[in-house]
Amino acid sequence: MRDSTALVTIAWQAFTPWASLAGGFVIGLAAALLVLFNGRIAGISGILGGLLRPSAGEVAWRAAFVAGLVAAPLAWALLAALPRIHVQADGTTLAIAGLLVGYGTRLGSGCTSGHGVCGLSRLSPRSLVATLAFMAAGFAVVFVVRHALGA
Amino acid sequence: MRALLAFVAGLVFGLGLLLSGMADPAKVLGFLDLAGAWDPSLAFVMAGAIAVGVLAFTFARRRTTTWLGDAMRLPTASDIDRRLVVGSLLFGVGWGLAGFCPGPALVALGLGESKAVVFVAAMLAGMALFEGVERVRGRLRERARGAA
Repeated sequence: MRDSTALVTIAWQAFTPWASLAGGFVIGLAAALLVLFNGRIAGISGILGGLLRPSAGEVAWRAAFVAGLVAAPLAWALLAALPRIHVQADGTTLAIAGLLVGYGTRLGSGCTSGHGVCGLSRLSPRSLVATLAFMAAGFAVVFVVRHALGA
Repeated sequence: MRALLAFVAGLVFGLGLLLSGMADPAKVLGFLDLAGAWDPSLAFVMAGAIAVGVLAFTFARRRTTTWLGDAMRLPTASDIDRRLVVGSLLFGVGWGLAGFCPGPALVALGLGESKAVVFVAAMLAGMALFEGVERVRGRLRERARGAA
């Protein structure tokens, strides 16, 4: 059902406002834990990238945080059925996307977590600019791929 | 102790991503697809995370040490430069192509998603490439300073 007068059509079947809001609270809690106990920003690209430039005292906590992220599905599976995920992109697209995400997040000093969640929470103008830039690029690319090219 | 707490923070972060639905690239792309059937869920994730984050960082900023007694290491950079914008744009292009950003990709790896292996390997290669480029740039800058 597409209302031609509406600017945006909401995907009501896919929309999960409460689970997403609750998940957001939990993500915020994780960022709170990391800053209050470790004094660090929960920026995943920065934490991961720092492992490629290892220095004294900087390896263990970073590796542990990454391990926690990777282990999350295991912990989840102890309590509930794991959600299904759908990766539509093919191998070549994933490889190009991964390179861009890796290089871009390091050049721009952050990703959705570091700039988007933590930076906006700190009311950082720098992170606001970064977030607007990656959101705009993301919207533009999906528009081109799905609508302009009509894939 | 520090590593254990970082592990817990990573674990909680990952559980939040799973609960929010953001571990699924299809859901992220549903948010980025404004012209199609739009799924606003990602905005709710951001709102929830920032609501808690504002409280945490307001509290953290007033402290000089962590609860473990270490120095608080909050970012100090404030310049909005080309690196920030170009880097974020490149990241956004990759994000829009795959629907993965770094956190969800690592969680998808833990889910045993084979396609996440490809993405994470390429992402690490991109990060390593950045380190290499930085090293070369640093060396060139040093040489230029030496010549001047």
